[in-house]
Amino acid sequence: MGGRKKTLLGMAALMLLTAPLAAQSWAAEGPGTVELGSLANHYSAVTFDHAMHTGVAASCAECHHHTTGLAPIDPNCARCHKAGDKANRVACKSCHSDKRFSAEDLAKIEGNPLLHHKGKLGLKGAYHQKCLGCHTAMGGPTGCQDCHTRNDKGDAFFHSGKYTPAPKASAEHGGGH
Amino acid sequence: MKKLNRRSFLKGGLAGGAAIAAVGASKQAVAGTHNFGGYPDSMGVLVDLTKCVGCRTCEAACNKEQDLPEPDKAFDDPSVFEERREGGLPRRTTEKAYTVVQKYDVPGREHPLFRKVQCNHCNEPACLTSCFVNAYKKTPEGAVIYDKTVCVGCRTCMVACPFYIPAYSYSSAINPVVKKCIMCYDTRLKFGRPPACVEACPQEVMTFGKRKDLLKLAHQRISDKPDAYVDHVYGENEVGGTAWMYLSDVPFDKIGYDTHLGTQPIISYVKEFLGMVPMVLTIWPALFTGFHLLSNRKDALKNDDNKS
Ligand code: SF4
Ligand code: SF4
Ligand code: SF4
Repeated sequence: MGGRKKTLLGMAALMLLTAPLAAQSWAAEGPGTVELGSLANHYSAVTFDHAMHTGVAASCAECHHHTTGLAPIDPNCARCHKAGDKANRVACKSCHSDKRFSAEDLAKIEGNPLLHHKGKLGLKGAYHQKCLGCHTAMGGPTGCQDCHTRNDKGDAFFHSGKYTPAPKASAEHGGGH
Repeated sequence: MKKLNRRSFLKGGLAGGAAIAAVGASKQAVAGTHNFGGYPDSMGVLVDLTKCVGCRTCEAACNKEQDLPEPDKAFDDPSVFEERREGGLPRRTTEKAYTVVQKYDVPGREHPLFRKVQCNHCNEPACLTSCFVNAYKKTPEGAVIYDKTVCVGCRTCMVACPFYIPAYSYSSAINPVVKKCIMCYDTRLKFGRPPACVEACPQEVMTFGKRKDLLKLAHQRISDKPDAYVDHVYGENEVGGTAWMYLSDVPFDKIGYDTHLGTQPIISYVKEFLGMVPMVLTIWPALFTGFHLLSNRKDALKNDDNKS
């Protein structure tokens, strides 16, 4: 298995994060930067430095599981996904839904008795668990605004920035009981 | 039907003043409810505490969705985690915050553990069974909701809830009313949409789905990563099961969960409690306050017809 993995390493650089293109259409390297903006609401889009991260990650499989054709890191995934099974699409959002708990998505999951990945993360959860998980483990930036700046709508939502509540003279915490 | 029996028992027993006798006679009625286990297709939320980073986006989302008053501090102000109420306990839910995130520094754990607290939407809610005026309802979708026009503000549900969830609004003297998380029933759940806090969470700490599916998922997560979790799905069986359930890597009793609640719905305990303690001392003052407020309410409502 190890030898085959080596020969596939070159091909494994074929990856991208957002565009749902076939991996085969890419030359021997992934995109330089990727704008992750499909979920942007309270925050600006993330400009993801893909090239830098490929240098940091031990393997494409760190983020892309088995989809680039490399053996998955998680032994649970490896029980089914062998190295060499390359997926047509490797973008996060081609597998992780951006409306994870919508009635449509829940019905789709329930309506497919053969589906194994019933608890698959939505796109927002996949991004944050992957990015924050690794950043926490490797000492990367972990503050919300280290990756995406909050906009005015976000400030209002968090009652922060210019929307910060005026300090109360005698704040009563835990009231109501 | 079962619920009706229990509730009519409580109501009849208390209002008729024959409470002690009724408590004795209620044993079968109460025992008969133990297998209810919730509506078969009801929804729930699985909260994976190992994923929570304490960002409080869920709190902000709840505040907005439920149209709650301005918070005392910004939702990105981490100083709330250090706030302590009586007994050195962390923040709890209030009439202004239906959900709060608590922080626990667990010895030996690399990072603090954050725990989101809100109503657990029990399969057999103690708040519901204890309510004299039938203000509460468990919907087939799984939410435990209440009718604020029926609530008389007697606070019995606050005492009955094993998780200390319902809070009480003092903001109006005429219309004191219980306030708690309703699983976003009015605006979301009844239309098949996930609760606002679930959708807002960046980490997807919460998984929304049918309760029975979530249970499978929870146990699968534990068996897939046995080192990452304690082998306990909190809420699977506690007090007869709850719609909101929890996975953790730290034993639940170390992070503020009551692990001695047992698997029987709380009505059993309420019943024994009622049997042991003289009724007059515990319930009647609240009940009379309730009736008094109820009669005031009618007048208030007359002048308030177009609201709510
Ligand atoms: S939004 Fe999610 S990650 Fe943030 S505090 Fe709430 S549950 Fe935790
Ligand atoms: S947690 Fe408390 S308030 Fe919520 S349903 Fe259960 S008993 Fe009622
Ligand atoms: S379910 Fe709705 S009401 Fe309950 S805590 Fe979440 S946002 Fe608030």
